[in-house]
Amino acid sequence: MTLDEARRGDQIKILQIRDALVRSQAIRLGISEGSRMQCAEIVPHGPIILKNRKQEVAIGHRLAHKIKVERVG
Amino acid sequence: MSSPKSVKTGAALTEGAPKLVLAGNPNVGKSVFFNALTGMYADVSNFPGTTVEISRGRYRDYDVIDTPGVYGVSSFNDEEKAARDIILEADLVLNVVDAVHLHRDLFLTQQLIDMGKRVIVALNLMDEAGKNGIKVDVPKLTEMLGVPVIPTAAVKNVGIVEVLDRLEEAAQGNRLEGIAELLEPYTEKGLTEPEALMVLEDDGETCRRVGMEPAGMQEKLYRQRRERVDKIIAAAVSEGNDRASFSVKLGRLMLRPLTGIPMLLVTLLLVFMFVGVFMGQTVVELTEEKIMEGLYRPFITDLVGRVVPLDSFWGQVLAGEFGLLTMTPVYVLGLLLPLVVGFYLMLSILEDSGYLPRIAVLTDRLMTRVGLNGRAVIPTILAFGCFTAATMTTRLLGSKRERFIATALLGLTIPCSAQLGVIAGMLSSLGLLYILFYVLVLILLFGLVGRLLNRLLPGESTGLLIDLPPIRLPGTRNVLKKTFVKTKMFLKEATPLFALGALIISLLRYFGLLEAIQAAISPLTEQWLMLPREMATVFIMGMIRRDFGAAGLSSLELTGPQLMTALITITLFVPCIAAVIVVFKERSKKEAAVIWLGSLVSAFLVGGLVARFLSLF
Repeated sequence: MTLDEARRGDQIKILQIRDALVRSQAIRLGISEGSRMQCAEIVPHGPIILKNRKQEVAIGHRLAHKIKVERVG
Repeated sequence: MSSPKSVKTGAALTEGAPKLVLAGNPNVGKSVFFNALTGMYADVSNFPGTTVEISRGRYRDYDVIDTPGVYGVSSFNDEEKAARDIILEADLVLNVVDAVHLHRDLFLTQQLIDMGKRVIVALNLMDEAGKNGIKVDVPKLTEMLGVPVIPTAAVKNVGIVEVLDRLEEAAQGNRLEGIAELLEPYTEKGLTEPEALMVLEDDGETCRRVGMEPAGMQEKLYRQRRERVDKIIAAAVSEGNDRASFSVKLGRLMLRPLTGIPMLLVTLLLVFMFVGVFMGQTVVELTEEKIMEGLYRPFITDLVGRVVPLDSFWGQVLAGEFGLLTMTPVYVLGLLLPLVVGFYLMLSILEDSGYLPRIAVLTDRLMTRVGLNGRAVIPTILAFGCFTAATMTTRLLGSKRERFIATALLGLTIPCSAQLGVIAGMLSSLGLLYILFYVLVLILLFGLVGRLLNRLLPGESTGLLIDLPPIRLPGTRNVLKKTFVKTKMFLKEATPLFALGALIISLLRYFGLLEAIQAAISPLTEQWLMLPREMATVFIMGMIRRDFGAAGLSSLELTGPQLMTALITITLFVPCIAAVIVVFKERSKKEAAVIWLGSLVSAFLVGGLVARFLSLF
């Protein structure tokens, strides 16, 4: 599945970020392929807020569609 | 091979003094350390070729330089480029990190260490970390990083003295495994270690400067660094409770449309009441009318009149209605200054409280539809202050396409604060129905033009990816300082442009060109817009000063619908001459010309349509 399909409260694991520029910016904020995060909030049809520890990062809807993730327990 | 140019920030400082550079992520409290180090005497200037402000001061023998908050050293945007160039030249780096967000902040720390810089870490916001149940094993962190780490709570003045006392202990820390070997071939060719790391990490500008090809290792090194930071966090930081504090809950409510939209509307209303009504009317009445027009203008006119006859060419240029010594200072100090102060004050509060990025998230969906993303709210809000400033901020947008759309949309549909003050006054005399109509037309046009540009322009806009800082009460001192610095910068850049505008209009008037233009465009004003022909003067004034155009309306006898038509046309009308000059500087000549002509055509087109629509009733 892609990140835009995640639901609020889901624990997800990032599988693949396609865009190289996004990949290198995201990794500095702690989001990289393999990292586990919580989908803390979703603005309807808008950005997804990922949370890792106290860190919150907002990802636009279209960008989220290009990020492959899976739900984890 | 040339060596990098040294950083010139315009400050007159002793050459050769060791450079102490402050570095850190955004919103970690760096400025508190900068103030503690340099005291009152800091020099602020724009980093060459950018709107990024750099503060510089002295501490003991050190030349202290602050850098904009960044998540890493590279060149994703202007802030990063400025920070990179300053960090490259640093002799010692004071790295301020946020104890609550170490997972994010240590990426930069490790990168600084990998550069081979002497680093000392101020582990700031320890009080907040404590409240969040986060425990940091400082000795362990110190050992793993290999540089001194000092716990602080800077706003409460905890630990600052110790940081200052121990600056000299700054050390080269533990680098990523294998980095030294990778750097060697480059340092052998004469690069410094930090430059070599930038080449390894594919930093385009550094590569160009040193004349080398990017090594293509950015991804690998970032990954390795991220893993290293994860390991340090696992060993030295223990997470406490995960119960959501009030500020986290508030932050979430700001994002949910049901609660977020009302909060945004209330915020915008408050900003408008403060900037548009209080500053724009009450304060401006005092500063522009009473002080500048009432006292200053008669004084300077009299003074100039003693030297040259006032109706002569020089008399007009210097002290005529649009004179360099009359209109320019009256406008800049009497009108613009209070508005810009009010505006930057609000913006600094929004910024420092952590609300601004949340507005970006909330509006992302709408902005995406006009080919922008949520980040564009920053130039949009700024455009309500001054389009000149907004145009410069469009640089933070991700692509050329977005910068064009934003510049065009803001120039067309957003009235600047100077204009807004005048327009708001006139609108309120027309009643609620007209106010709603005015707002509706502008929103509609913003959407329509945006969607059109989004469809017509090739390519795709970038997506939103932003860090959400915690919601906090902004510090008074920080907000005031930011407001002061930004206001000063703005006036410094804009005043000469307004003087130029004043000069042009004086010349036009002196040589009688104003009347010629008035007659030439009368078919447009009288027939198409159904307005008196004197409206042409208003438009010409509007090119010089947007609010001047609006203010000129009060001297005309207009009916309600006529006034509405005039207000909408003048809002959509081309940006003032100062703003146009900036657009030409920022965009290509072709783009700037398209934006200028586009505004002109849209203003008259929409104005005429509005006139016809209103005449139906």
